[in-house]
Amino acid sequence: MMSSQSMQQTLDHWSRFTLQQRLMRYGGFALTLLVVAWALSSINVIWEWVWDAPVQMGDLFGRMMPPDPSNLPSILEAIWQTVNIATLATMFAVVVALPVAYISAQNTTPNRVTLWIGRFILVSSRSVNTIIWALLFVAIFGPGIVAGIVAIMFRSIGFLGKLLGEAIEEIDTKPVEALEACGASRFKIVLYAIVPQVMPAFFAIAILRWDINLRESTVLGLVGAGGIGMILQGAIDTFNWPEVSMVLLTILALVVFGEVVSSYLRKKIL
Amino acid sequence: MLKISKLTKRYGSGDPVLKELDLTVEGDQLTSVIGSSGAGKSTLLRCINRLVEPTSGSIDLNGTEFTTLNRRDLRHARRRIGMVFQSFNLIDRLTVMENVQSGRLGYISTWAALTRRYPREDIRHAYELMERVGIAHYADRRADELSGGERQRVGVVRALMQRPEILLADEPTASLDPKTSEQIMSLLRDLASELKLPVIINIHNVTEAKEYSDRIVGMRYGRIIFDDLPSKLTQSEMDEIYAGVPAMDRAEVGAVA
Repeated sequence: MMSSQSMQQTLDHWSRFTLQQRLMRYGGFALTLLVVAWALSSINVIWEWVWDAPVQMGDLFGRMMPPDPSNLPSILEAIWQTVNIATLATMFAVVVALPVAYISAQNTTPNRVTLWIGRFILVSSRSVNTIIWALLFVAIFGPGIVAGIVAIMFRSIGFLGKLLGEAIEEIDTKPVEALEACGASRFKIVLYAIVPQVMPAFFAIAILRWDINLRESTVLGLVGAGGIGMILQGAIDTFNWPEVSMVLLTILALVVFGEVVSSYLRKKIL
Repeated sequence: MLKISKLTKRYGSGDPVLKELDLTVEGDQLTSVIGSSGAGKSTLLRCINRLVEPTSGSIDLNGTEFTTLNRRDLRHARRRIGMVFQSFNLIDRLTVMENVQSGRLGYISTWAALTRRYPREDIRHAYELMERVGIAHYADRRADELSGGERQRVGVVRALMQRPEILLADEPTASLDPKTSEQIMSLLRDLASELKLPVIINIHNVTEAKEYSDRIVGMRYGRIIFDDLPSKLTQSEMDEIYAGVPAMDRAEVGAVA
């Protein structure tokens, strides 16, 4: 009796948060605002240049118009080089990433040490940006396409290995159990119970990485690692704005092409 | 002949799931193991081929002591035990033939497994068995295109491909509708006598167990408390097998100890 009465009294009151939660949330908002304000004040923005930007943009756009196709043959050659850098690097990276994924997945790694090695490879590959890898390999291999391929490859190994490793960790373990019960060896279990399950994820990840690599390899030329970026850099340095716009249009076309191809392949495979 | 003696399994430091259990199975008997969830049926079956590592005791299959085998010898010995699972445990994206041939993985070379070049004798045997259970026309279909009953038939054929000396079935009909379930049970019974193969089945459906088995083993909290012909399983024994809560049973054990 008592409890039903007291319940009736409280039934017209409901709030999503308690007073304490609400104060915490207001505090959180205030703190975020404070951080943004502090960040803005500390980066030394020259506001005249910011307000001036629309005019500058218009001016640059005017100088870029119309795009100059006179250098198109060498631009197309460079873009072809870019596609090759991305494709070759993705293929090599896939080959190297397979064993790395295998040893960095909890359920397939042979032991703690290999797991640790695998994770270390993934983290070190992922924590360094492609451009920085490229700077490094330009110093090692000299400027050119080889440095570009190796740079893209090194960055891709971490990405592919990590996602593939996660796919391996998420497999259904029931077929694995069944094959263990048949007396199959470790390698045959991988071949029959793990590989078929990971296959769709494997292709999806490889295609996605190829798409990303296509875009990443367009900027490699800025540090001398081959591809379309070299021509872009040259054009900017010589204030050849019509050619710059031509290069940008070509890159745009390349990215659209990559998008179309990868979505077609994805649909075909999955 | 499978002879289990004083088999004990303890997970961690808790109460044992199997308590000094003795069981002998031979001939072409179909033995059903019944008991409520948590009685240790599944653990018992998985201890036999050491998918679950027994804590102590002995498991002897036709002269081979399983509990002391090293990893390599265990792998070889496992080829002699076929197993069928509740959720079929097929590889969905592979064809029925590949699934069936995966029962031979313990015998064929890695290269043959990789290139799917199975020995002619194995292919013949596979077609024979698939014909026997009525799935031969599915050989090239992907396993996930099949219905539940058909999938379990693939599971049975995979196990029989091993030419096993004993067949273990862990609730093989629990994921199937009543009619399909009966078909699978009668299939297992017929195969047991055709192939002179002892079969041990974990099962929840007591009516089915009584209808299709030659022998019923009733388990309760890690012990066998009934072991006789299906006709001897009376209501009072059923009550005993399925009665009680674990806490009560543990208290009882504690009092005795």
